[in-house]
Amino acid sequence: MNFPILSTLIFLPLLSSLFIFLSKDQKNNRGAIYISLFASVATFLLSLFLWYSLDLSSPKFQFVEEKFWINNFIKFKLGVDGISILFIVLTTFITPICIISCINSVKDRVKEFLIAILVLETFMIGVFCSLDLVIFYLFFEAGLIPMFLIIGVWGGPKRVYSAFKFFLYTLLGSVLMLVAIIIIYWLTGTTDITLIQDIKIPKEYQNLLWLAFFSSFAVKTPMWPVHTWLPDAHVEAPTAGSVILAAILLKMAGYGFLRFSIPLFPAASDFFTPLIYALSIIAIIYTSLVALMQDDMKKLIAYSSVAHMGYVTLGIFTFTKQGIEGSIFQMISHGLISAALFLCVGVVYDRLKSRMISSYGGLVSYIPKYSFLFLVFALAALGLPGTTGFLGEFLVLAGSFQKNYIVAMLATIGVILGAAYILWLTKRVIFGQTNNEEIKNLKDINKLEIVMLVSLAFLIIFFGVFPYPLIETLNTSVDNLMMNYEQSLIEMNLAKND
Amino acid sequence: MINNLNILLPEIFLSISILSILMLGVFLKKSFNLIFNLSSVIIIVTIAIIFNSSNDTEKVFLDSFSRDSFSSFFKILILVSTFFVMNSSKSFICDNKIDKFEYPIIILTSILGMFFMVSSNDLILFYLGLELQSLALYILASIDRDNLRSSESGIKYFVLSALSSGLLLYGCSLLYGFTGSTNFDLISSELNSTNIGAIFAMVFILVGLAFKVSAVPFHMWTPDVYEGAPTSITSFFAVVPKVAGLALLIKFMFIPFANILLEWQTIIIFISVASMILGAVAAIVQKNIKRLLAYSSIGHIGYALAGVATGATSGYESSVLYITIYVVMNIGAFSCLYLMKKDGVYKENISDLSGISKKHPVLAISFLIILFSLAGIPPLAGFFAKFYIFKAVLEQNMYALAIIGLLTTVISAFYYLRIIKTIYFEDKSIAFDNVNNKVVQFTIFLSCTILISFFLYPSILNNIVNTLFFN
Repeated sequence: MNFPILSTLIFLPLLSSLFIFLSKDQKNNRGAIYISLFASVATFLLSLFLWYSLDLSSPKFQFVEEKFWINNFIKFKLGVDGISILFIVLTTFITPICIISCINSVKDRVKEFLIAILVLETFMIGVFCSLDLVIFYLFFEAGLIPMFLIIGVWGGPKRVYSAFKFFLYTLLGSVLMLVAIIIIYWLTGTTDITLIQDIKIPKEYQNLLWLAFFSSFAVKTPMWPVHTWLPDAHVEAPTAGSVILAAILLKMAGYGFLRFSIPLFPAASDFFTPLIYALSIIAIIYTSLVALMQDDMKKLIAYSSVAHMGYVTLGIFTFTKQGIEGSIFQMISHGLISAALFLCVGVVYDRLKSRMISSYGGLVSYIPKYSFLFLVFALAALGLPGTTGFLGEFLVLAGSFQKNYIVAMLATIGVILGAAYILWLTKRVIFGQTNNEEIKNLKDINKLEIVMLVSLAFLIIFFGVFPYPLIETLNTSVDNLMMNYEQSLIEMNLAKND
Repeated sequence: MINNLNILLPEIFLSISILSILMLGVFLKKSFNLIFNLSSVIIIVTIAIIFNSSNDTEKVFLDSFSRDSFSSFFKILILVSTFFVMNSSKSFICDNKIDKFEYPIIILTSILGMFFMVSSNDLILFYLGLELQSLALYILASIDRDNLRSSESGIKYFVLSALSSGLLLYGCSLLYGFTGSTNFDLISSELNSTNIGAIFAMVFILVGLAFKVSAVPFHMWTPDVYEGAPTSITSFFAVVPKVAGLALLIKFMFIPFANILLEWQTIIIFISVASMILGAVAAIVQKNIKRLLAYSSIGHIGYALAGVATGATSGYESSVLYITIYVVMNIGAFSCLYLMKKDGVYKENISDLSGISKKHPVLAISFLIILFSLAGIPPLAGFFAKFYIFKAVLEQNMYALAIIGLLTTVISAFYYLRIIKTIYFEDKSIAFDNVNNKVVQFTIFLSCTILISFFLYPSILNNIVNTLFFN
């Protein structure tokens, strides 16, 4: 295959954003919206084609593109395997939904907003495609610029504080990763991850390097105690911003653990497993409790994201097949569910300009279609069997039971707490008394909103009942990941015994 | 001898041109426009001459003058940046009534000084070049002589700079005394770490050079001069003398002081770390953009010096790369200032940018690109500049220096973000006069294009820089 399909995938949104930049201002910004919708849907279809033509039986990276970039130093190397393709498809699927959502909710500077979203899409796809540490870092960090603007320009009243917090937290976490990347280069002579895996980083360096990567991924995941930027960013970001943040940006860290931390530093990953377990359990239980106490809907969902990402990190570091597959499944599932919940909040926010739980109540009597979909997503979020939320949590818990009984028990408490805060939220928003007269005049969701929410609901239920396509895609790559991990641990131990 | 003159062709051409346009200026009235355009032509012709000369290293006049790829690279960088700085500032000069015909001539004179600085292979020639450049800069700083701030900044710069030149000269004389030569190559072979007197000399020379590139703790003049001088001069100060100063610093470390690496390395590390920290922290509280850019340039010099501090060729290369990208960013940033004109007055405060993104989307996005690049966020060119520096620093296992540098990057990101916040996040919407200045717009466009598209082919600059240190 000579056609550079991955580069096309990455740069198509960027190119279309250039078109939007050059396009003339029109009434309602129709032109800009059409261009961006067209481009993002085309990207989505292209990524589906990529998924379709991926050879799932091979653990190798496919569609590899390699180009000399900086002389004798870094290659511009892209490639996908069974793990990354799912994240790419998730990204390209969520982006058109964000663009549709902004037709209703973004009123000023629509053109710039679309440009920011599309540029962000380019960087996000780039993160999931890159097979070189420097390229990865480049895309990983570059995503900060559009996201900073999305929060800061179109956000709520405290947007400046949130945008700064988001930017500086993430940047501070990432600079240490840059140091680690350069050190890896001097240790191994390359930044190509497939080569580094073969060369193997000396054990005495692994722990520090792992921590440097961890500092970046922990902020991005976000893990307790560096999660505080997330509620702020979510609350202040516009709907589309929250959706992208929750659905995709958070997944970059989980993906980073899978793609970089474990294969490159197997010994260190093994060594730090208790740390990850502890932080994950704290995230699951503590942030669930915090979520119970929120009176702002977006903040509640933000805290629930932290808890759900706790399952992801827990699952990855069980190093069991169920655990890892479960955590990837959980990431995809959380990507769909949290996107849907933020969209739901966005729908009522556009109408009432309030995110407070107390200003809603009894929505079911006035906007039944919306209430029905909200209920579906809420149930998926608490992990009802038959939705993707259940499968992800179940697999993670099944994986962790094999490794550590106590950890799994504690994580299960999180499931109960999760049910508590989601059900309580639903009770207060959808059912119950109507305290606010304005609710009686609310309009139910319009066609565009139905398209967005129903497509998400369909996928959540479809993959909840029929997870086979996702699991099958993952299967070989996860096997390969675990095989490499176990092999290098055995080698390390042999070396120790000698 | 005649062949030797050939090697000095750019300098000779420049000197004769300066003298002839000076004559022209004296005899013609209202000749600013003519002289200005002529100097642009002279710059272009000089660039052409340097391009046409061969790249072989040749040393002439008792080895006191060397022409090599290193000096040619820096000369072209100096000329190109001067060309853009001058042309983008033309309407500013006319608006502020500092359109005296001496203006371009003095700038050319300072360039001539810098030419001798970067080409010198001898203490005496180096000092003469440095002084020629400095004298021209003193006049430039106070060119708006009816303005109190401009005169003040000129005097301040003169007094402090003269002091540092004195120290430098003292260092040179010590060096001559302890090594018995003024020639760089001979000094280099004479020097070793047991030569205590020469190490004293090295410290004095380093102080003088650090002053010229405004590195901490010899940076005191920078914010005041940047703020006081007219913006057109500030943009020149921020770019061109920095390039020449850094070139000279690298040259000193690379040739005469190569053997006492361990002695000067500690000093440079200290200067570099101090500059990075001060540049990042002090800029946070600034309200005036020019003052802020002054502190930002101190910080940037800190990064460039971190590359020098490695004492390795890869480090010097990364510094050259850094300063090149720094030049592109700063020319862009200062060009943006020329568009901040409201009711005929040029604005300088950050608060004057409040919400301009609504009325001036293109200016806003250009500013955005330049500021993110200055902050070193990928995929913009500023990131690569820092990346090469840290790559070279980590190669020498200087972990602390790299980590301090990266942490100050985060701190300095804060104040760049603050400007972006003012431009994009604030609800006010200030509208500037509609300045239809094609040259400024083109300069900004060019700078932004380079910054954005640099990541497509980062090796271009690399390939050029890699050839500079093969002598």
